[in-house]
Amino acid sequence: MAAGVAAWLPFARAAAIGWMPVANCPMPLAPADKNKRQDELIVLNVSGRRFQTWRTTLERYPDTLLGSTEKEFFFNEDTKEYFFDRDPEVFRCVLNFYRTGKLHYPRYECISAYDDELAFYGILPEIIGDCCYEEYKDRKRENAERLMDDNDSENNQESMPSLSFRQTMWRAFENPHTSTLALVFYYVTGFFIAVSVITNVVETVPCGTVPGSKELPCGERYSVAFFCLDTACVMIFTVEYLLRLFAAPSRYRFIRSVMSIIDVVAIMPYYIGLVMTNNEDVSGAFVTLRVFRVFRIFKFSRHSQGLRILGYTLKSCASELGFLLFSLTMAIIIFATVMFYAEKGSSASKFTSIPASFWYTIVTMTTLGYGDMVPKTIAGKIFGSICSLSGVLVIALPVPVIVSNFSRIYHQNQRADKRRAQKKARLARIRVAKTGSSNAYLHSKRNGLLNEALELLGTPEEENMGKTTSLIESQHHHLLHCLEKTTGLSYLVDDPLLSVRTSTIKNHEFIDEQMFEQNCMESSMQNYPSTRSPSLSSHPGLTTTCCSRRSKKTTHLPNSNLPATRLRSMQELSTIHIQGSEQPSLTTSRSSLNLKADDGLRPNCKTSQITTAIISIPTPPALTPEERLIENGTLGPLALHPPNFLSGI
Amino acid sequence: MRGQSRKESLSDSRDLDGSYDQLTDSVEDEFELSTVCHRPEGLEQLQEQTKFTRKELQVLYRGFKNECPSGIVNEENFKQIYSQFFPQGDSSTYATFLFNAFDTNHDGSVSFEDFVAGLSVILRGTTDDRLNWAFNLYDLNKDGCITKEEMLDIMKSIYDMMGKYTYPALREEAPREHVESFFQKMDRNKDGVVTIEEFIESCQKDENIMRSMQLFDNVI
Repeated sequence: MAAGVAAWLPFARAAAIGWMPVANCPMPLAPADKNKRQDELIVLNVSGRRFQTWRTTLERYPDTLLGSTEKEFFFNEDTKEYFFDRDPEVFRCVLNFYRTGKLHYPRYECISAYDDELAFYGILPEIIGDCCYEEYKDRKRENAERLMDDNDSENNQESMPSLSFRQTMWRAFENPHTSTLALVFYYVTGFFIAVSVITNVVETVPCGTVPGSKELPCGERYSVAFFCLDTACVMIFTVEYLLRLFAAPSRYRFIRSVMSIIDVVAIMPYYIGLVMTNNEDVSGAFVTLRVFRVFRIFKFSRHSQGLRILGYTLKSCASELGFLLFSLTMAIIIFATVMFYAEKGSSASKFTSIPASFWYTIVTMTTLGYGDMVPKTIAGKIFGSICSLSGVLVIALPVPVIVSNFSRIYHQNQRADKRRAQKKARLARIRVAKTGSSNAYLHSKRNGLLNEALELLGTPEEENMGKTTSLIESQHHHLLHCLEKTTGLSYLVDDPLLSVRTSTIKNHEFIDEQMFEQNCMESSMQNYPSTRSPSLSSHPGLTTTCCSRRSKKTTHLPNSNLPATRLRSMQELSTIHIQGSEQPSLTTSRSSLNLKADDGLRPNCKTSQITTAIISIPTPPALTPEERLIENGTLGPLALHPPNFLSGI
Repeated sequence: MRGQSRKESLSDSRDLDGSYDQLTDSVEDEFELSTVCHRPEGLEQLQEQTKFTRKELQVLYRGFKNECPSGIVNEENFKQIYSQFFPQGDSSTYATFLFNAFDTNHDGSVSFEDFVAGLSVILRGTTDDRLNWAFNLYDLNKDGCITKEEMLDIMKSIYDMMGKYTYPALREEAPREHVESFFQKMDRNKDGVVTIEEFIESCQKDENIMRSMQLFDNVI
């Protein structure tokens, strides 16, 4: 029942009076209207724009947000109105739906925004009225195609870990940019296609005379060379075809596909020729078979997207092309007949029969006008001119349709490429934002810790250092920290850029570079005390690469899959640990630091001359690949660069 | 809402622009002709005429105007509105009977006054008023008595509203049998027609009918 007529329900119920006297049994009880309120106005405040409507209007659709008690969640006691923090433009359409029973889709609105709003208000988009439904569906389809495109390219870029050899090969064939080998293969086949086509062409060029005989084409003069070239090309094509056949996920479908047919047709003549050279009778037929070698040029369509689009366009315009052909045929037959009978009278007329006149008609209608057949009578000339005029019209009509189809498909492809490029940029931005936020978390954690430590040290603190975190951020960080504590793991940052970033936070320079290097050297000699995280000390590679800080070598820890940049920071951190052992006063505070930190961080804003703090997790080494660093009470001498990560408590 | 009771304010585009182009069809002209606009009498007058309160009249009018922005309902519209309440069956015949019952001055259209007058009787009238109204509904040719044929039409239209998919399945003879039982109950002097007195008298004796008449007290 459309809600627009809900207001007429009392009438419908009243109309039931006609049934009462004829009914033989008692009527059921009517539902009681428990809270018989007077109809009241409701104020709906959507982002500041106030809409008002009757309560009963909204209650027409009880399974939506506004019609059910769900809207009570949005009731604002102070202003006695319902406040929605949503788009007022779309809300207009939603409210009109309640009023009129018809949901309209405004054309200027973005389809996904509109869908989101509808989902929020609990309205199914299927009830959009007929007037707007087509537009809505079109836009929705475009959006879905775009999403599918995105997903496809995403899937292409994901590295699927367990691809069989066959699947890898197929992917390499279909998309040459997946690996270098595929690219090489792509160019090699392209080169050989070109070579093959060129040899076919050059074969027929007359090449100068051999004394004693007439002029020969190159193919016969250097037949051995050409034969070798041909053989080589065919070998490559055969190998390629067989490889594709092997790698294809569905061989039956592959064999039936157009490209494979072209491949087969391109190489068949050679093999047939090999088989048939003995038999002189059929060598004539064999010669004609060579014409099929020209099909090799179609193999280029794998290499050129434009060609594929053209082929696809022609396929999709099949009906227009058919119409063109049909109308042309009709016109040709008509005009040929007319010309034949018009020219029948004249002597030595070239128009010997109607089929012979076909040639004249075609040449005239396409405005070629070779001039080998010309009408001589006056009637013939008149009809000839009519023929050429109408030819222009008939041909010009379907051509724009084909052209526009081609242009649409071509532009669709362009848009897909643009979207892919844009997507890369977008993903990069998202990644940066993500790392930024996790950095913020780690910074704040550090700062919180350091503040604790600084208070221990009693170092005078400089105010206004570092970034202030908002309440939301601090709460978020607290949440992450709780998670870390719960799981006993900690967050790491995966961005190589960060390791080289000299922080915006100003530091005291507790040590300078030389000292740092010295310490680096020293650290390699020392043992790590308190190996609560034996995983680190069990990595001999660490100490040896400790001093390679300056040289950006990509070394890997045995059990970790981290890039070396992180390794570097690890080294920095570990050296700091060493440094710290020179300050015995701090080590005693290590345990207290632990305690303090265990209480939970206060993600304070104050900071950050001190940018390093290392705390280890007393976890078993089986939890690698997380790094565990040896805990340290090093707050005195600290590194210049902010560490890129630290292990949580 | 003091509007004049204008039955029609017709905007005839044909006279206005004078360029009546016969090529561009008469469909548009039909649209122009049908945009009549009817405004009902003032609220106070309606309050006097009917037994509804001011607020109830407001609510009724808002609903009425929503479906019929032009202010009057013609038979087609009426049937279409009523059919929305009975999606399964065919309510058009019964709607026609209703329309004729509401359209008291038989001018082919139901205005808001007619509408509200009818509703007032049904929803706010005494039992006798209601029975009278029902009798008026049944009496298709308004001659003061209900014949078996009229009753059969009414019965068929009611059964039509149920639609095809019922349990138990609709039998052909069901309406006729129902009419027979109705006449048996109502027709006192067995003369083949039911007059208004017979009707009211028989209904007042029937418990079920009396009780079902109470249903209309709380509709609005």
